[in-house]
Amino acid sequence: MDSRASVLARIRARLGKAVTPAAAERAQVAEYLAGHPQGPRPGMPADTIARFCERALGLMTSVSELSTLDELPAAVARYLAAQGLQPAAVCWPQFAALDWRGAGLEVAARPARDGDLVGITGVFCAIAETGTLMLCSGAASPAASSLLPETHIAVVPRTRIVSGMEEGWALLRAESGVMPRAVNFVSGPSRTADIEQTVTLGAHGPYRVHVLLLSQ
Amino acid sequence: MQVTSMHFKARAGEKLADRRLQSALKKLQGNFVKGRADRIAELDNFADIRDAAAAIRDRALANLDLYLEAFEQKATAAGAVVHWAQTHDDVNRIVREIAAQHGVRKVVKSKSMVTEECGLNVALEGAGLEVVETDLGEYILQLAQEPPSHIVAPVVHKTRDEVSDLFAEKHNAPRLTDIPALCREAREKLRPHFLSADMGVSGANFIVAETGSTLIVTNEGNGRMVTTLPKVHVAITGIEKVVPTLEDVTTLLRLLPRHGTGQSITNYISVNTGPRRAGDSDGPGHFHVILVDAGRSDLLGGDFREMLRCIRCGACMNHCPVYQSVGGHAYGWVYPGPMGSVLTPSYVGLEQTRDLPNAATLCGQCHVACPVKIPLPELLRKLRERQFARGLKPWPETLALKAWGWLAARPALYALATRFKARLLRAMADERGMIRSLPFGGGWTDRRDFPAPQGRTFRDLYQASKAKAN
Ligand code: SF4
Repeated sequence: MDSRASVLARIRARLGKAVTPAAAERAQVAEYLAGHPQGPRPGMPADTIARFCERALGLMTSVSELSTLDELPAAVARYLAAQGLQPAAVCWPQFAALDWRGAGLEVAARPARDGDLVGITGVFCAIAETGTLMLCSGAASPAASSLLPETHIAVVPRTRIVSGMEEGWALLRAESGVMPRAVNFVSGPSRTADIEQTVTLGAHGPYRVHVLLLSQ
Repeated sequence: MQVTSMHFKARAGEKLADRRLQSALKKLQGNFVKGRADRIAELDNFADIRDAAAAIRDRALANLDLYLEAFEQKATAAGAVVHWAQTHDDVNRIVREIAAQHGVRKVVKSKSMVTEECGLNVALEGAGLEVVETDLGEYILQLAQEPPSHIVAPVVHKTRDEVSDLFAEKHNAPRLTDIPALCREAREKLRPHFLSADMGVSGANFIVAETGSTLIVTNEGNGRMVTTLPKVHVAITGIEKVVPTLEDVTTLLRLLPRHGTGQSITNYISVNTGPRRAGDSDGPGHFHVILVDAGRSDLLGGDFREMLRCIRCGACMNHCPVYQSVGGHAYGWVYPGPMGSVLTPSYVGLEQTRDLPNAATLCGQCHVACPVKIPLPELLRKLRERQFARGLKPWPETLALKAWGWLAARPALYALATRFKARLLRAMADERGMIRSLPFGGGWTDRRDFPAPQGRTFRDLYQASKAKAN
């Protein structure tokens, strides 16, 4: 018997089940998976966007407003200047056509590599319950851009802020139907508390996460 | 990993006398214990969520074979290769084979307790591979050549000064003392390893049957690096980690970070499904998942089955007065604290781990703190019963209990003996009514005085009060 068969056989024996699963057993499991019922949800305030902002700030993510996408280059330039950072970045392809030069920025529309200091990304959606960004990897949404740079700037349309992770999964099922290679939930700058339980920002990922809340 | 649990008593004594360790352990209580209490207070229906979490784990375990098969089918359909390992040696062999198949020379790892069980690093180094731990705590331990002392905060036993000395020596660099500077030093040392490694090895906090995904929960971002940058990713996880659906995993994620580190959510939760897709610019070209049994299936359906619900949050050790006093190394294997005292005897045998089921006061805090309601004190008691039944109790304890049993069955003699004993102890007391040193009771009086009986025995008092009532 190979390892797989031995492990499965041992499990069934220990659980006191027959050697081969009955059709009814399989049907019950398949039905549960297909139904994927939700568990109990904690109470949430009515204003989802305010909750998202409150929680994001609590995670040391900074948040500012953006009324239209055309204003993104200027908003990024302001943020980088305020932080004393260099006016250069990489961005997801969806932002390639914006007038970055006009805002005094050097922005390349390519996936981040080591040494890139700022990564500008969109999100799949954002989770109000915990102030979390949900990012799905793909050709148009490279995962490295929110990971390698020291600063991560994320554009979050207000319409994409959902209540909980459950709504994030529902959106993914409805809009794509397949799991991307990676779904990354990002809740603030990377951190560690391994040395003397002292929280330090910027462990291996970004030191800063800045959210631009997009109205339209 | 080598088992040294038989030395628990000796090690515990050393740890109690270790001042630096004692101050490090104090911080753990403050941060993790208080952090958990604060974060669960945010959930207005915490009790319901906890019930649901335990039920989810039980549902997965009740049909473990079928959920594993469902996971395998989905993972394979997404392009992953699923392996089954019956023993720790199987795991090491499979990883070595995958490495050979892809011409791997350097391996970066994110934190994984299963690979600690296996002694994977040693096995890979033996095959000529370079292995780099990338979780800051695990990296420090790799430099210091020490095992982890906590399943969530592996380096809780070390002070900043010790890390400063270690980095200065191993990095051959100026000695830094500021914690953020030390973290940056490690970041700069490790970044080139992420970029040059051929293989990433991670654990999995959960695997999801519905989608064939593996899920890891991290704060540092090293888990994302390990699963994104190298050309091969190997996720290694126990068979019990399967959870049916994304909704189920969401419920568990409301509890895991709160109980683990006192966070509402960890910085990163990464859900990985299969290798890089067409058109992707990042992600591993090859994705392997190793499902590890190594003793887990033996717990199913038996006296200790609830233990398989464990989501490895560490709350039971954070709340344990014994762990708080001696730290994790005294327990002598991968898993310390109450969960370790149940798991270690189950995985490596009761003979080598006699002290562990007794390394608990049975105060019940671990049961209260456990997010999936594992009755740890009850399981520890069952292990003690097994020890007794198999004659594994130390002979002085057995003899003492036999003698007491003989005496207790003879009430008149018992009354006489206790009266005598009470007088004797009183005579041994100093002017404060305390005994400084007890023959055969050094374990107690080495660290604190023993209060002497102050008068008549309970039986005498009881008789007297009964006489009065009549
Ligand atoms: S036994 Fe419970 S409290 Fe302890 S690590 Fe496991 S899940 Fe957490």
